[in-house]
Amino acid sequence: MLASFRRSGQIIKRSSAFGRLSALPVRLCAALLAFAVTARAGAQNPFVNDPNAAKAGEYEFRINCALCHGLGARGGGRGPDLTRAQKKHAHNDAEMFAVISNGIPGTAMPANGTNGQGVGMTDEEIWQIITYIRSQEVKAPANPIGNSAHGRELFYGDANCSLCHMVEGKGGRIGPDLSSVGGSRTREAIIDSVRNPSRRLAWGLSEATKEFPQEYETITVVTADGKQIKGVALNEDNFSVQIMDMNEQIHLLEKDKLRSFRKSRESLMPVYTPELLSDKNLDDIVAFLISVGAK
Amino acid sequence: MNREDKTSPDCKANLGPSAGSPPVTWKSGASAPRKHTPPDWGFGPGRLRARILAISLLFATHAFAQVTPDRLLHSAKEPQNWLTYSGDYSGRRHSSLDQVNTKNAHSLVAKWVYQTGATGKLETTPLVVDGILYVTAQDDRAFALDARTGRPIWMYQHELPPDIRPCCGRVNRGLAILGDKAFLGTLDAHVIALDSKTGNVIWDVVAADYRKGYSFTVAPLAVKNLIVIGVSGGEYGVRGFIDAYDAETGIRKWRFYTVPGPGEPGHETWEGDSWKAGGAPAWNTGTYDPATNQIFWPTGNPAPSNRGEGRAGDNLYSNSLLALNADTGKLNWYFQFTKHDEHDWDATQVPVIIESEKRDSGQHLIAQANRNGFFYVIDRATGKLISANAYGKQTWSTSKDAEGRPIANKSASPTLEGHTVCPGALGTTNFMAPSYDPQTELFYVTARDQCDIFSTAPQPYEAGHAYYGSAYFPSEQAEPYRGFLKAIDPETGEIKWKFEHTSPTWSGVLSTAGGLVFTGDAEGNFVALDAAAGKPLWHFQMGGAVYAAPISFAVDGKQYLAIAAGSALYAFGLP
Repeated sequence: MLASFRRSGQIIKRSSAFGRLSALPVRLCAALLAFAVTARAGAQNPFVNDPNAAKAGEYEFRINCALCHGLGARGGGRGPDLTRAQKKHAHNDAEMFAVISNGIPGTAMPANGTNGQGVGMTDEEIWQIITYIRSQEVKAPANPIGNSAHGRELFYGDANCSLCHMVEGKGGRIGPDLSSVGGSRTREAIIDSVRNPSRRLAWGLSEATKEFPQEYETITVVTADGKQIKGVALNEDNFSVQIMDMNEQIHLLEKDKLRSFRKSRESLMPVYTPELLSDKNLDDIVAFLISVGAK
Repeated sequence: MNREDKTSPDCKANLGPSAGSPPVTWKSGASAPRKHTPPDWGFGPGRLRARILAISLLFATHAFAQVTPDRLLHSAKEPQNWLTYSGDYSGRRHSSLDQVNTKNAHSLVAKWVYQTGATGKLETTPLVVDGILYVTAQDDRAFALDARTGRPIWMYQHELPPDIRPCCGRVNRGLAILGDKAFLGTLDAHVIALDSKTGNVIWDVVAADYRKGYSFTVAPLAVKNLIVIGVSGGEYGVRGFIDAYDAETGIRKWRFYTVPGPGEPGHETWEGDSWKAGGAPAWNTGTYDPATNQIFWPTGNPAPSNRGEGRAGDNLYSNSLLALNADTGKLNWYFQFTKHDEHDWDATQVPVIIESEKRDSGQHLIAQANRNGFFYVIDRATGKLISANAYGKQTWSTSKDAEGRPIANKSASPTLEGHTVCPGALGTTNFMAPSYDPQTELFYVTARDQCDIFSTAPQPYEAGHAYYGSAYFPSEQAEPYRGFLKAIDPETGEIKWKFEHTSPTWSGVLSTAGGLVFTGDAEGNFVALDAAAGKPLWHFQMGGAVYAAPISFAVDGKQYLAIAAGSALYAFGLP
């Protein structure tokens, strides 16, 4: 009841910027919800290419979006790089408006005004933000970098990526699933993660189905009977730890029963130097990840 | 149960249609309460009142004891109860119960769990009076529970408008209790008195316009016959205030604006009209010193929180500790922790009155572990600073002024492109309630080491809209955030011990005469530690992150610990 109440309230508030529904009583609004969403989905951005609106949008973006999407919309701790012209969830301004308004279910992207931080942005502010994002977009190069078909071969073959990483349900389990990384991280960030895996561990990876952050720290323990186990942390609190070892076995351990416990932010992933993986081959792998992730 | 409660169903039946109907809430545009007109029940309201009076007189001697102002003053005499947000007027959050102690804490077990049905963060501190536990939850719910079993006696939910302006979750931190009423501040800026036996609304007043960003999340403080409450809304450019309402009638007795108006001292610390949206909210519960009749109430950030441009000056009384006359609300002294704050470092942490055996200087102390990373000890008679020592990672201040107050480095100001400052926007600590243990003479506080990139952007003020002038981001260095429970010696500022959490927590702290400190963690554990050394002695996994602070109480001679986690309230005791 309260949820639907709030939702209808939002419609009133947002639409009031355009003066369309502002006078309607609350009780009618629930019934008009479908109408309102449809009407707005077809709405036009009133500020297309307006540099003043883009400037206002830049400030709004800092306040409302940059925490996840980074300064300059280049992607940040949690959210995708929005300077890419091709967006996964929005193909035009109206769809982007819908995404900002309603969020993306199953991801960390919240609906406007539902994160407990007040009433959210007005329609006008959302359009300004969209105008700003458009002004920051970098056109995809005419000849995309890398050969994604060759990248796929390398990923599942000689580069050994799939020993630890899954893409689309195929591959190993010790490292993060990379199916969506191509849509949520910049090309530069992916390259940096391959060349310097320990720099940020899984910082910036957000996994929709997980309620807790997994950083893939390296855990080394010696059990009471003297057995050494090395693997990645699946989860941990002050009293217990759940780890996956190199054979993908899960170990559930109580810390006070261990002979030793060591946690390191040195990644288990090998450092892929240019000698081990050439720049060209890495470009191909990144092209493969982007081709999958941007789907 | 006593006879009063047994007879109450009949009593209700006599009252006709109102029995069993949901609590009535009525809105008022003015600050004075509007009279509620009872429905026509076929006999005159005068007769009804007489009848109610007769019934209440008849059973008055059997009613559960009223929470008199005297009981609140002498709460130390009834350690089985938890009568105010911090447990007593000093803000120590210390229980003198010692049945649960360092020897038997390892055997603690869960006694009951109450599911509130609310979603989001539970920041609430329960109150316990004579076996009944009063607690709040998100969206301004309130509950009275049998403190032995967790079984509900009544429930209340305030009817909120759809467009409230909470800053940081639809939270509530608890009730105040006085007489036969429990007092609730709401997210739409109402102050409500509930009948503590039924949850019925006795009065409901509007303190401010929620559409302009005003709200209440704080647990009010009952002092004498007044209900003292501070407003939230620093993120919306409100003009902060602390109010006191007559507990019986709901009539406002005084208001102290935390941003001085034209002609008032301190007004000159604001540039132009910036005072009008100056913020300085007062969203955490203060403390009270009966000896001097002073209320100590802390204030929050100036607005916009991360942009100093346009509000040149110290911006009084933002980020300050205020000493107010309890009867009049007049300012006796103030101490400003962070002048002209640009990092959202609200100084709203509980100011704890400390009586130290070790001290013979004649100074009476009040201490605060501030969000800006410094631990301040102040003479509470004069407001003069005694010491300020960093208790966490900080980079914003490398010098102090003549009074010994840490002052901001020029380079700490946010820039358009952003740069890294420690602590981050969440602060070294935040709303998590601290504890002072008179046995160990240590001050326990939840602390966080985290740095953020602070950036700033111009933002016009628009009533009811978020007014940050900024944003902040995780630092590019991506150092893992670290969280601790720290034990500080207020005499020296020295950290006697620290216990590192797996990740930073939002849990408050309780100390007990059993030599224990209790706290929660972000992973869902409730933990008992040795108060002298910080060694964990016991833990229980509650299955939800902790944003609340623990309390202790006793019923039928048995000591309990209680804390909210996830969306439930937990009670623990010995087997």
